[in-house]
Amino acid sequence: MFSNPDLLHFIFGRLSIDSIPMFHEPIVAVTFAAVVLGGLVVVGALTYFRLWGYLWNEWITSIDHKKIGIMYIILAIVMLLRGFADALMMRAQQAIAFGDVAGYLPPDHYDQIFTAHGVIMIFFVAMPLVTGLMNFVVPLQIGARDVAFPFLNNFSFWMTTCGAVLIMASLFVGEFAKTGWLAYPPLSDIVYSPGVGVDYYIWALQIAGVGTLLSGVNLIVTIVKMRAPGMSMMKMPVFTWTSLCTNILIVAAFPVLTAVLVLLGLDRYADTNFFTNDLGGNAMMYINLIWIWGHPEVYILILPAFGVFSEVVSTFCRKRLFGYSSMVYATVVITILSYIVWLHHFFTMGSGASVNAFFGITTMIISIPTGAKVFNWLFTMYKGRISFDVPMLWTIGFMLTFVIGGMTGVMLAVPPADFVLHNSLFLIAHFHNVIIGGVVFGMFAGIVYWFPKAFGFKLDEFWGKMSFWLWTIGFYFAFMPLYVLGLMGVTRRMSHFDDPSLQIWFVIAAFGAVLIAGGIGSFLMSIVVAVINREKLRDETGDPWGGRTLEWSTSSPPPAYNFAFTPVVHELDAWADMKKRGFVRPTSGFIDIHMPKNTGAGFILAAISLVLGFALVWHIWWLAAVSFIVLVVGAIAHTFNYDRDYHIPADEVVKTEDERTALLAKQQA
Amino acid sequence: MTMANNTASQTETPVFYLKEEHHPETGTMLGFWIYLMSDCLIFAILFATHGVLGRNYAAGPSPADLFDLELVAINTSMLLFSSITYGFAMLQMEKGKIAGTQLWLAITGLFGIAFVGLELYEFHHLWSIGATPMRSGFLSAFYTLVATHGLHVTFGIIWLVTLMVQVSQRGLIPENKRRLMCLSMFWHFLDVVWIGVFSVVYLLGVLG
Repeated sequence: MFSNPDLLHFIFGRLSIDSIPMFHEPIVAVTFAAVVLGGLVVVGALTYFRLWGYLWNEWITSIDHKKIGIMYIILAIVMLLRGFADALMMRAQQAIAFGDVAGYLPPDHYDQIFTAHGVIMIFFVAMPLVTGLMNFVVPLQIGARDVAFPFLNNFSFWMTTCGAVLIMASLFVGEFAKTGWLAYPPLSDIVYSPGVGVDYYIWALQIAGVGTLLSGVNLIVTIVKMRAPGMSMMKMPVFTWTSLCTNILIVAAFPVLTAVLVLLGLDRYADTNFFTNDLGGNAMMYINLIWIWGHPEVYILILPAFGVFSEVVSTFCRKRLFGYSSMVYATVVITILSYIVWLHHFFTMGSGASVNAFFGITTMIISIPTGAKVFNWLFTMYKGRISFDVPMLWTIGFMLTFVIGGMTGVMLAVPPADFVLHNSLFLIAHFHNVIIGGVVFGMFAGIVYWFPKAFGFKLDEFWGKMSFWLWTIGFYFAFMPLYVLGLMGVTRRMSHFDDPSLQIWFVIAAFGAVLIAGGIGSFLMSIVVAVINREKLRDETGDPWGGRTLEWSTSSPPPAYNFAFTPVVHELDAWADMKKRGFVRPTSGFIDIHMPKNTGAGFILAAISLVLGFALVWHIWWLAAVSFIVLVVGAIAHTFNYDRDYHIPADEVVKTEDERTALLAKQQA
Repeated sequence: MTMANNTASQTETPVFYLKEEHHPETGTMLGFWIYLMSDCLIFAILFATHGVLGRNYAAGPSPADLFDLELVAINTSMLLFSSITYGFAMLQMEKGKIAGTQLWLAITGLFGIAFVGLELYEFHHLWSIGATPMRSGFLSAFYTLVATHGLHVTFGIIWLVTLMVQVSQRGLIPENKRRLMCLSMFWHFLDVVWIGVFSVVYLLGVLG
C-alpha cells in the first residue's frame, strides 16, 4: 500500500525524502544540526524553568502594543542573523571564486542565497524593525493606552512571524527561489522555475503581507483617532508623523504586492497567461506593478528612521527640533512623490526617452525634501548642547553616510548614466548605502534610545559604541569597493569572475563584512552585558535621556495601561513643556482602567495560515483545503467571542503608581 | 486686561491630565474604510491588468464572441437590488426592529446567491466552449477580475449569514450594529466595483 505512488503523491504532494537537501548538502546539514540543537536547548530551558505558561499568557497571546513591539524586534534580530549569514557566504564566495577557482558555492546554491538575503533583509528584518518600533513607541507618544485594534495587532505580528517561519523552512525542506528578490517573470514562471522555490517566496510574502497591511490600517487609525486631548496634528511628535506617513504608504502599496503575487501565483498554479511569453502575456506588467509597490516600500522603511533621527537629535542636543513644520511637510511630500518614481528601477527596459525623462526628474525632485530634512537635523545640532551618547553617534554616522548614498542615488536617477550603471555593483553599493546608512543605523539608534523605556535599564555603552564604529567602518570597507567595481562595469549576482585583477576589491569588501559581523556581535554583547549589569544601568525616573515627548513621562517599563491618567497636551514636545511648567505627577484619585483582553486567536489563526502556505507550496491539496476551511471557520468562531475587555481595578492602579511614587522619592532623597 | 490674562496663564499651572476616563472615538468605521480602500487598490490593479491584457486574444475568442449582455444585465440587477435591500435592512436596524432587519438581510443574501450562481453559470458556459483562463492573456485577466469580485461577494454572503446568527443570538446590541455597518460598507463597495466591471469588461468589451 505504501509503495503506491499515487497515494503517496496524494498525501505528500511534491514532498518526498529527496526534497530535504540536508542529505546531500553539507552546509545545510550543519546549519540544520545547529538549529535543531539550539532549538532543543531553548525548548529544554523553557520546560526546565517552567516558562511555557508565562510565555503563552504574557507574550504569545498578549495584545499589549509594547510587548508586540518588542516581539517584532526580537523577530527582526533573529532574522538579521540569518540574512547576514547569507551575506557573509556571498562575500566569501566572491572573494575566492576567480579564474580556475570555482569557490565553495555552486551557482544553484549561490542564486538561492542572494535571493534569500534580499527577501529576508527587507521583509523580515527591516519591516519588523520598523513595525516593531512604531508599535512600541506610537501609542506612548500620543498618550494612548493601546492601539485601535489590539487583537489585530497580535494577529499581524503572528502572520509576519509565520511568513518568516515559512522562509526558514525552505532552507531545510526543498529550496528557495533562484530569481532575485523580486522574482521577475518569465524567469519566475513555472516553465523556468519549476521547483518549489518561487512558491515559498510567494506564500511567505502573502502571509506576512496580510500582517503588514493590517498593522498599517491599525496604526493609521490609532494615530488619527487616539491622540491625547490637545494633541493636534501639528503638535504630534515627528516620529508619530513619519509613522503615520509610513502606514499610509503601507496601506496604499502592499495591496499592489498582494495582487501582483496573486497573478504570478495564478501563472504558476493555474497556467494562466499574465506574464508568460506566449498567449498574450506581458512580463513588463509584472515589472511595473512590483515596483509600484517596491518604490514606496523603500520609503516605508526610511521614513520611520527619519523620525527616529528627529527625536534623537532634538533630545541629545537639548533643543527643539529645527524646522518642525518643514520636517512634517517634507515627510508628506516624500510620501506623495514616492508613488511617481517607480520607473527609475528599469530605465533600460524600453520605456523611451520621454517617459524616462519624466521619472528621472521626479526622482531628482524627491531629493529636495530629503535634503531639507538633513539641513533641519544639522541646524538642530548647531548651537545645541550635544551629548554623544550612542543614539546620537548613530545619527551622526547616518547623516554622513546617507548623504553619500543619496548622491549616488541622484546619479542613478539620470537615465543616460543609469544605462551605464544599471544592474551593476554600483547599484548594489547605492542601495546598501541608503538602507544600511539610513534604515539600519536609524533602527539601531531607535533601539538604543527606547531600550530603557522598554526594559527599565540602559544598554551597555562601551559595546554600543563598539557596535557603532564596527558597523560604520565595516560598511565603508564593504561597499566602497562595490562602487569602484560597479564603475568598472562589474554586474551583480555573479558567483564567479574570470578577471583576477578584480579580486582585491572583493577581498576588501569581504573584510568589511567581517567588521560588520563584529558590529552585530557587539550589539548583541551590549544587550547581554546590560542584562548582567542591569542594576547598575537601571533608570528609575522613566526619563533617562531628558526626553521631550510623552513616552518619557511614564515609568520605565510603562505599566500595562501606559498612563494612569490620560495626558492633556498644550505644546509640541509635550513632556518638555510639562517639565518646564512645573507638572506635578498625580498620586491619588486613581480610577478603574478599561483594557482589552489577551487572546490566543491571533496565534492560532496565523499558525493555520502557515500550514495552508506549506501545503500550497508542496501541492498537498487535501491539507490546503482542510486548513483553509479550518481558517475560515476559526475566524468566524472568533467573532462569536464578545467578551473582549476588562477593567484594571483602581486598587491595582494605586498599587502600581504608589511603587513608582516611592521610587521617584528615593531618587530625590 | 489682555496683559493680565497673559500673565495669569503663564503663572498658573495648566491642566496636564484628565481626571476621568478618556474615551477616544471608536475607530472601527475609519479602519474598515481604510481596509476597503486597500481592497479597492487590489481591484485597481486587476482593472489595470485587464486594461493592458484585455485585447491580447492570442487568436482566441474576443468579448463579442463570448459575452451575453442580457445575462450580465440580469446579473447586474441582482447585485443592485441586493444593495437596496441591504439599505432597507439598515433602516430596520436603526428602528431597532430585529425581525425586519433579519428579513431584509435574508433577501439580500438571496440576491447575492443569485448573483454568484449566475456568474458560475456564465463561467461554466464559457469554459465548456473552450474559453478558459489558460486560453489567452485577455481571458486570464477577465476571469481573475470577475472571479475576485465573485469571491468577495461569496465571503460577503458567509459574513451576512454569520451576522444573522449573531443578531438572532444577541439582538441589535452596539457590537452587532457596528458589524452590520461594516458589512454594509463592504456590500455597497462591491456594488460600486461591479459597476466598473460591467462597464469596462462587458460593455466596452462587447460594444467598444
